[in-house]
Amino acid sequence: MRQDTVAKAEAEPASRTLMRWLQLRKSWLATVIVLIVLPHIPGLDGNFGRSLLSQMGIAAVFALSYNLLLGQTGLLSFGHAVYFGLGGYAGIHLMHMINAGLPIPMPLVPLAGAAAGLFFGMLFGAVTTRRAGVVFALISLGVGELVFAAMRILQGFSGGEEGITANRGAGPHPFGLTFGSQLQVYYVIVFWSVLAAVLMAAFLRTPVGRMCNAVRDNPERAAFIGYDPVRVRLIVFSVAAMFAGLAGGLHAFNYEIVAAEAVGAGRSGAVLLMAYIGGVHSFLGAVLGAVTITWLQVSLSDYTTAWQLYLGLFFIAMVLFAPGGLAGVLLMHRPIVKTRAFAGVLQSYAIALVPALVAAIGAIMLLEMNYRRATQPDAGAQMRLFWVDLDTSTIWPWLGASLLLAGGAFFFHRCRPLVAAAWQRASDEARAGSGTPREATP
Amino acid sequence: MLEIVTFSLLNGIVYGLLLFMVSSGLTLIFSLMGVLNFAHASMFMLGAYFSYQIGKWIGFWPALVIAPLLVALIGAAVERYGLRHVHRQGHVAEILFTFGLAYLIVEFVIMVWGRHPIENRVPAVIDFPAFFLFGTSYPAYKVLMMAISVGMFAFLYLAFRRTRLGLIIRAALTHPEMVGALGHDVPRIFVQVFAIGSALAGLAGVIGGFALLTEPNMAAALGPIVFVVVVVGGLGSITGAFIASMLIGIVQTFAVALDYSLLDLFRVWHITLGRDSAFYEVAAVKIAQTAPLIPYLLLVVMLIVRPRGLLGRREA
Amino acid sequence: MSERDNRRCALQLESLHKRFGATPIIRGVSLDVFAGERHAIIGPNGAGKSTLFNLVSGLLPTTAGSIRLDNEPINGLPPFEIYRRGLARSFQVTNIFPRLSVYENIRCSVLWALGHRYSFLGDVSKLADANERTDQVLERIGMTQRRDVRAGVLTYAEQRALEIGITIAGNAHVILLDEPTAGMSRAEAARAVALIRSVSAGRTLVMVEHDMGVVFDLADRISVLVYGEIIATDVPARIRENPAVQAAYLGSVHA
Repeated sequence: MRQDTVAKAEAEPASRTLMRWLQLRKSWLATVIVLIVLPHIPGLDGNFGRSLLSQMGIAAVFALSYNLLLGQTGLLSFGHAVYFGLGGYAGIHLMHMINAGLPIPMPLVPLAGAAAGLFFGMLFGAVTTRRAGVVFALISLGVGELVFAAMRILQGFSGGEEGITANRGAGPHPFGLTFGSQLQVYYVIVFWSVLAAVLMAAFLRTPVGRMCNAVRDNPERAAFIGYDPVRVRLIVFSVAAMFAGLAGGLHAFNYEIVAAEAVGAGRSGAVLLMAYIGGVHSFLGAVLGAVTITWLQVSLSDYTTAWQLYLGLFFIAMVLFAPGGLAGVLLMHRPIVKTRAFAGVLQSYAIALVPALVAAIGAIMLLEMNYRRATQPDAGAQMRLFWVDLDTSTIWPWLGASLLLAGGAFFFHRCRPLVAAAWQRASDEARAGSGTPREATP
Repeated sequence: MLEIVTFSLLNGIVYGLLLFMVSSGLTLIFSLMGVLNFAHASMFMLGAYFSYQIGKWIGFWPALVIAPLLVALIGAAVERYGLRHVHRQGHVAEILFTFGLAYLIVEFVIMVWGRHPIENRVPAVIDFPAFFLFGTSYPAYKVLMMAISVGMFAFLYLAFRRTRLGLIIRAALTHPEMVGALGHDVPRIFVQVFAIGSALAGLAGVIGGFALLTEPNMAAALGPIVFVVVVVGGLGSITGAFIASMLIGIVQTFAVALDYSLLDLFRVWHITLGRDSAFYEVAAVKIAQTAPLIPYLLLVVMLIVRPRGLLGRREA
Repeated sequence: MSERDNRRCALQLESLHKRFGATPIIRGVSLDVFAGERHAIIGPNGAGKSTLFNLVSGLLPTTAGSIRLDNEPINGLPPFEIYRRGLARSFQVTNIFPRLSVYENIRCSVLWALGHRYSFLGDVSKLADANERTDQVLERIGMTQRRDVRAGVLTYAEQRALEIGITIAGNAHVILLDEPTAGMSRAEAARAVALIRSVSAGRTLVMVEHDMGVVFDLADRISVLVYGEIIATDVPARIRENPAVQAAYLGSVHA
């Protein structure tokens, strides 16, 4: 980050200061404006759309908190849902108490989640952050399983598998808001999400936040510049747990129910998936991952029963070919976006997309037909794929799908030099333009 | 009382041996390559499903040989074509790859055999009582299981100590870079180790498929416990994995038989706890209910107190 | 040694022993490093020089013996505690923060020294003292032009310079440099020597080196470590003529 010039003690009109402040944060402002407008856009202005947006907001906070751990400090946790779930339980119990008469407005419920997350983060963190790497990952797995089992056993607190419910509307109604409509819920979630993101970004700029990155890159060296890596890890662990708890509180607020699965391995796995697919190293990645995975989980399951398979394939493809995640893929284009040759790159993508789609259709057909056969044997051999009726008991659909897959893959392979050449032209132009020596090529 | 103790002990030993069978391969892979192979229990599952299918087509004894071989091939392919490209990205990426792989294997299994448990019945040829104890019969297939897992232990122990590959692996456990620098084809060794480890899991699956329910969830059910065994036993130690498996197997089996809770203890001390007391629910928990927790408790305690594990030679 | 009574010792090693399993690596090393001196440790490969550094900086526990920094025992303290008491070290294998920029590398290294502990408050880019000190250090190691480059993509010599920069950025008054000119060309090594000379002014420097040119150029005194024991400690001229040293190096001690 560019060093700010040391401000002289000049009197500056307040309006100038405000304008400068706004200018520096224009991307944040733009985001906030978009978020405010989003639920009114046709297509998203129904209950389903607003509910989806709310889910994405909650997932984004959760994924951002995970980014603090993994992306910024290098701590791989398989049990981060513990703090999400315990925050959720704190939230739902507070909602219960509000239902019973406690005069606290509902939008403050997520704070209880944050408090619970912070408490348990410090408690469990004290013993689990002494080591990093694989040992830490395994301990987090163990703690996650322990807490999950405990929640299943302690039914009075957790409601077990069925969970605990509360009523979001039965509390004080400040300004006449009942929080019954999904729109009001969405705006509450947006408020907390943006606040959380701002706070997490600010945390990363503090001295201890910078040391998180240092500890991630080289914990040994971090000790040799005066910082105890264990203490740094404990601090970031507690902060991450706090925000995970906040997300849990939002979850309680949104769904009016929290069950044992909120601390379970499935949810811990989901946030890991989100962070990785979106891009482990950046804020943008966490948000992208949260949005993408939430959308896939909600929408894809409407189209196909094999959606978990596609998710798994997508994930493995990411690990193998795009370890920087979606954000990494996007940011990879940053040096060449401004060049004239960029249009050529986009063109090459468009050309390569055709055989890729063909191959994908073939693969999807094969997978879907197989899946249907195995999981719904009574549904018969007739099925409808891509708006075409097929009889899976004959060989034709299988043959056709295999041809599509093989043909598409073959031609896609032929397109690769095209894309590589277009990239080469663009990066040559970019390098010539900026005059910086060659640093990293895709 | 003696009957309960004897049966619990026998069952605990059998369960512990099953755990050892599945985790022996993982000890090998984790110790040598440092890869936390989340897909290891999936190989176990594949072994069970393959042996069921081959058993239906050919017979049990061929299945006992072919299924592990198939799984070994799959393991070799996974390492050669998938995992190898991820090694240079670090351990986190490796773990995530195997994580995704486990996911995919479950979906593959569902795609071929469906979501419901399959009728993986004990084949008639080993379905007879081996002996009678206290009037109840003890099935022969469990004896076969014990024999196979003891055989595995012996095989691994000797292979480690007597063969050249074993020597190289033992060296690579503590000094992987040096072994590479000495000219051994480390990538090929990795493929071999991954294949052998997977084969062991597959073999465990052949037998384990009868003892447990053969269904798509079996990998996820057994997976975490297998990790616990490997970590608690210690890196690089087959003996450690054996001891840890037996420990967990026996303790967990005994715990399930114990239907006592803190409340019962309080009752002995003439203390009564009111039903609406906050502590009541915790005190009412029976030891049997906490049985699934025991492995994880052991894991967390071990990692905090002695990350090297019981007999490990190197920290994870 | 009568000199010991007159000059203050910044670093004192007394009968230091280190064993790995049954293998002794350091076998009774005693050494007094005077405050403000530049002290070089030389010796054949495998003599235990890096192990010695690891013992002093807290990476390895000693098997026996004591280590004193400014007359305070530091044996058994964790590395970050030893750093806070004023002893910093560099590494033979470059040990920087690869994903951070050069600027960030140095800035992190000044934070503790300037009193910003585990602070939650304050944007680090607004801390004037941190930024000023960082600029100064960058100037000294000649990396001001490359301040925004990610440390992982620097050239080898630049990384070595950054390594030294990280080591001296704080308030450490005793500096351990582990083979600072390893792998450098003659020109690069000469630049490194000038840098080391300037940054060690007013501080105590202990240096492990193989390049005899550098050693004889910089060192006030030299200790020779062979098979975990110090066989001689003296000024460069007398070390050169010492028969035991010549025998240990098989007569290859050249100027």
